[in-house]
Amino acid sequence: MSDTHAQTVAYVRDTMLAESAPPLAEKGAVKWFRENLFSSPVNVLLTIVSLFVLFLVLRLVLPWLTNAVWDANSLSECREILAAKGLGSHDGACLAVIKDRWHQLMFGFYPSHLYWRPVLAFVLFLVAIMPVLFSWVPRQALYLTAAAPFLGYWLVWGGSIWGIVFVALAIVIGYAVFRALEGVNGILATVGAILVPIIYLLYAAGPLAGQVNDILPIGIEAVKSNQLGGFTLAIIIGLAGIVLSLPLGILLALGRQSDLFIIKTFSVIFIEVIRGVPLIVWLFTASLLLNYFLPPGTNFDLVLRVIIMVTLFSAAYIAEVVRGGLAALPTGQYEAADALGLDYPKSMRLIVLPQALKISIPGIVNTFIGLFKDTTLVVFIGLSDPIGFTNLIRANTDWNGIYWELFGFVGLVFFILCFSMGRYSLWLERQLQREHR
Amino acid sequence: MSTLSEPPKASFRLSQLIYDTRYRSLTIQVIASILIALGLAWLINNTIVNLDNLGKDIKFDFLGSQAGYDINQRLIEYDSQDTHARAAIVGILNTLLVAFLGCIAATIIGVTAGVLRLSKNWLISKLMTVYVEGFRNVPLLLWILLIFALMTEGMPQPRDFRGDEPAATMSLGDNVAVTNRGIYIPRIGFNNSIGAEAAEPVSDGEDTPPPGSSGVDWLLVLGVLFASFFGQRYVKQRADGIQEDTGLRPTTWYLRLGILIIPTAIVMFVLGAQVVSPYLKGFNFTEGVHLRNSLIALWFALSLYTGAFIAEIVRSGIMAVSKGQSEAAFALGMRPNWTMNLVILPQALRVIIPPLISQYLNLTKNSSLALAVGYMDVRSTLGGITINQTGRELEGMLLLGLFYLVLSLLISGVMNIYNNSVKLQER
Repeated sequence: MSDTHAQTVAYVRDTMLAESAPPLAEKGAVKWFRENLFSSPVNVLLTIVSLFVLFLVLRLVLPWLTNAVWDANSLSECREILAAKGLGSHDGACLAVIKDRWHQLMFGFYPSHLYWRPVLAFVLFLVAIMPVLFSWVPRQALYLTAAAPFLGYWLVWGGSIWGIVFVALAIVIGYAVFRALEGVNGILATVGAILVPIIYLLYAAGPLAGQVNDILPIGIEAVKSNQLGGFTLAIIIGLAGIVLSLPLGILLALGRQSDLFIIKTFSVIFIEVIRGVPLIVWLFTASLLLNYFLPPGTNFDLVLRVIIMVTLFSAAYIAEVVRGGLAALPTGQYEAADALGLDYPKSMRLIVLPQALKISIPGIVNTFIGLFKDTTLVVFIGLSDPIGFTNLIRANTDWNGIYWELFGFVGLVFFILCFSMGRYSLWLERQLQREHR
Repeated sequence: MSTLSEPPKASFRLSQLIYDTRYRSLTIQVIASILIALGLAWLINNTIVNLDNLGKDIKFDFLGSQAGYDINQRLIEYDSQDTHARAAIVGILNTLLVAFLGCIAATIIGVTAGVLRLSKNWLISKLMTVYVEGFRNVPLLLWILLIFALMTEGMPQPRDFRGDEPAATMSLGDNVAVTNRGIYIPRIGFNNSIGAEAAEPVSDGEDTPPPGSSGVDWLLVLGVLFASFFGQRYVKQRADGIQEDTGLRPTTWYLRLGILIIPTAIVMFVLGAQVVSPYLKGFNFTEGVHLRNSLIALWFALSLYTGAFIAEIVRSGIMAVSKGQSEAAFALGMRPNWTMNLVILPQALRVIIPPLISQYLNLTKNSSLALAVGYMDVRSTLGGITINQTGRELEGMLLLGLFYLVLSLLISGVMNIYNNSVKLQER
């Protein structure tokens, strides 16, 4: 039959036609505009309205930024410069305030010849955090990470090096006690590894450090806490809170999920009380009331008190986030760990927590971002964080009446830091994603 | 032949407390409770010793003594002769006021931004992303201070409104005045007010003072509005019933609209409702409602900040409804707005509501940042001036913490009840 075909039909095309170009409205920019901006009457309206709003904002902001004055010593001088250019006082930004007060905003009242120390500490932190954040960094770098908090503290506050060496020794002692008693009994080893270092820190570390320092004084110039300020202070409080609150939060979450009634009740009460009251009230408690709760005569650093309060506060939030992760894990995982004969610490460490923490990464990072933003509240108890300095600068006669430039700058720095944390968590989530979609 | 032998009668050994899982949890709990009790005892003992050293005691009778300070914004009668307790209540009401206003505004902003962020329109979804990320990543305190500075330093003074060619003019048809002392908006006065004293003409030929209003008037108006709301709901339910039975839905929209509007309008007319706009008197505005800068800054900043979080919640809630649901609805021939109302929203709300309520809670707690702009909330009255004046910081902070705690627990309780009522009924 098939050969008849050739004779019955006059013409059969034996090659494919070349593809013709898509209609003009269905390709390139036109298609994109049609689909993304003008797909329906409502969308046309929305596009026009947003373009109009964008136009209004840019018309104000762009000239304001391009006419910015960078060199002036006061707001009035800055306005004179603007007037000399024939511009009104609100037609150009006075970014000179940031140049003028840069050091204050960054370092607070830190001695100016020692600025290299917080900078070095920050660089050290950036290097030390690398192995935690990225898995391609050699694992040996984790030793630096472990040493970084102590080195960073020493760099920022200064003083004798022996103090932090003997504090760091507490961790080594705790580990040694744990290894020594592990063979005897797990609970005993844990209790010993917690109690012995505490006793050591309370009674032995201070005198030992003093004596060694008398023999071999190594130290750098000490800086007092009240000289800290600006972004240095915000970053110190934020980092300390982040580093300390994660382990505490995980412990609280485990406590809340535990079968042990007393531990569960205690965790629930702790978490709910901390979460139920605003941070600002806790900060006032730290500054007004903490002395009541400590032995008479104790008086310790305000920054340290704030760090403790911020840590407890964010630990309660992290506990809730981690609890969500623990609850989201299928029961089969817990049962599988039990079936393998793992005891509680091992099953948590090897099976449950790695998965639960992976689920709760977004929440944990959100809590960290919240904690970092909340460090601005310390301004209410008299510490000079960036917001405190904006208030101080605005109260100064030179810069009285300036607000957009200062708040904009401080906001931008916070935005960059918090936004990059958020982006990192999204990246990490994708990295750890195991199921194929 | 095997015999069933009795298991060895184990006597209790001390080592079982550690090695036997039946007793180990008991051991751990006993140790933990001893440690907790010791810690608490240590704290309490320290407190007692410290209070003793300072010659202080714990008493709450300062609440009954005269406060002696003024509060610029008050929802109930208060003057400096009143007690600290009443000052605290004024503060609590101010906290609740800004929290209430903030929750409403934040919901409106957040839902709008969240829905628009999902829009197919590239430009608007990008704009909303900028809004959400911008507000989520910058401290709230900064926004409060910025808006406050903008209001106090960027807005015209009341005297700029004076003269034949004023430097500033009132907006919205001479009804709203935005000044550096705050925003003045119109209020509603009642000519035939029940509670308030009637407006009496002033003798020397000046304008008659505008009509006042009282709580009774508003109670009446709101009561009627409330009742008519339930009335129109009854009509709707009846229409639903008829539709169930016969398949035909009676047209009721005009009836429902009428029930909603007409009774309230009649009551307003009988009471002689009249809009009273603010006007310049001397160097300041008078009449109308004065929204102070502190309230404005706090309200706007809280709403915009929380709105950004709510936008994310709404977006993720809507995205959590699987695409098959809307496709199924379209396959059934439903129109887009029906699909949204009957299929997507009921499922999305289940995801949205719990985090939404916890955002309301956050907003309420964040309102304690009022301190930054001098808004007299409960932290500034009870936790601020009262503590400074009486030196009762322990008691004051305790009461303050208790207030926030009770509020939080109440809201969480409501949330739990809601969660239980909407959770999927699993078989």
